[in-house]
Amino acid sequence: MTGYADFILLVVLVLDLYVVATGRLASCVHASAFQGVALALLPLALWAPGHEGRMDPQLLHLALMSLGTLTVKALVIPQLVLRAIREANVRREVEPFVSLHLSVLIAAALVGISFWLASVLVLPIPAPTMLVVPVAFATVLVGFLVLVSRKKAVTQVVGYLMLENGIFIFGQTLVREIPFAVELGILLDLLVGVFVMGIAIHHISRAFDHIDTELLSALKD
Amino acid sequence: MKTAHELALHLALLLVVPPLLLGVIQRTKAWFAGRSGPPLLQPYFDLWKLLHKGTVYSGTTTWLFQAGPMVSLATALCAGLIVPLGGSSAPLGFSGDVILLVALLGLGRFFTMAAALDTGSSFEGMGASREAAFSAFAEPALLLCLAILCIPARSVSLGAALATLSSLAPGVSHPAYLAAALTLFAVLLAENARIPIDDPNTHLELTMIHEVMVLDHGGPDLAFVLYGSAVKLFVLGALLVHVVVPPPPKGGWEGVALLLCGQLGLAVAVGCVESMTARFRLPRVPQFLVGASVLAGIGLATLLYRGTP
Repeated sequence: MTGYADFILLVVLVLDLYVVATGRLASCVHASAFQGVALALLPLALWAPGHEGRMDPQLLHLALMSLGTLTVKALVIPQLVLRAIREANVRREVEPFVSLHLSVLIAAALVGISFWLASVLVLPIPAPTMLVVPVAFATVLVGFLVLVSRKKAVTQVVGYLMLENGIFIFGQTLVREIPFAVELGILLDLLVGVFVMGIAIHHISRAFDHIDTELLSALKD
Repeated sequence: MKTAHELALHLALLLVVPPLLLGVIQRTKAWFAGRSGPPLLQPYFDLWKLLHKGTVYSGTTTWLFQAGPMVSLATALCAGLIVPLGGSSAPLGFSGDVILLVALLGLGRFFTMAAALDTGSSFEGMGASREAAFSAFAEPALLLCLAILCIPARSVSLGAALATLSSLAPGVSHPAYLAAALTLFAVLLAENARIPIDDPNTHLELTMIHEVMVLDHGGPDLAFVLYGSAVKLFVLGALLVHVVVPPPPKGGWEGVALLLCGQLGLAVAVGCVESMTARFRLPRVPQFLVGASVLAGIGLATLLYRGTP
């Protein structure tokens, strides 16, 4: 099953790069929603194959966990952000401080760094598959990149989401040993995430009240 | 060793199938647009018609202009002899043929560009300069992809690389191959002047890339250009299909059937991409291709980091 997990992790990595490379705000949010879907599938793909055959209580936990992840990360939060974009009349381009070309190259360098970091880092518990740790680092770092290199509040929300996705992936290294703690951690993550979203979106609507296009259309020359 | 039978099959596939792919792409696009579209065999009719026409050469052109279409067709066919089709070995496989494959595609492109510049038309010069710029971004992606295929085989022969791919267990093998397949698809779109990169149907000189370079070719020369690009699509498509659905190690009829179904599926996929996406603005094209290279680089990193399958 770990083969599937590695494929999912590669998809997560590709979506990281897509978020950095795309010039459209809605595409960023869609990409983070797809990342949520991938993350929801990840615990199931990482589920220890040795327990197949008998009904494992762990499986129920995992199923609930992925269902929760799917609902919140792939449906609720993207909908909230898309609604914020729609209602605050945000211009639909991301406005990067560095050019999109350069962002992609920086993101590629960050991915390289995270592979190096993962090879020198010794975990107390071996990771379930080889790609978990580098992809977790890469997602966190690219999330930081999106946070610092974009002007819009909405892209910063996407950056937060990616950061949190990276932490979620890293949490998967512990999922076999202490599933309950991980579950709690993820639920806390989600809670904090939604909390942050709420505050961020509040800020967005406050910030964009000033540049309402209704006011602009009232200008006459 | 290749038997005469296998060789004949390889040549027949390479020579006969490519224009059909163009027909399938056109039909797919017509279906999306709600038209009935040209018949599937229309590219063959077009080639037949063009081959029976005469040619007109401008007095300002030299032998380069006439050599362009021939060399681009010849290099595409040579590249087709290097790529194994449907699991059996290739007629021209040797150690290092991976590099030759990329070099042949480059040579064909060089002669197309030289022929375009030879006309002295400023539009064709623009097309040639764009082609040169974009292919400089597409080539690293293709080379990185081929590196992903070659490293598990520990060989720089395409035959050995693809045979290793065939011998893997069916199903999920390695994420690097997913990266390789996606990158190959992007390179295929770029190399064959397909829509997100270039529009094969446009006749607005300002936006054309590949089409503008062949504006002055007519008759058999144009037929060579069209046939050559169809063969190039077939060759890169064969690589991509082999990566996505590896045929059984011995190939045989099952391998050929897989190849043909895969190629037709790929043509439909290209038609869907052409129908559903808009062309990139020109500055976005290098970004797309750099993204493809980065993806292949990540695939390579996972291969080196996680170990070969």
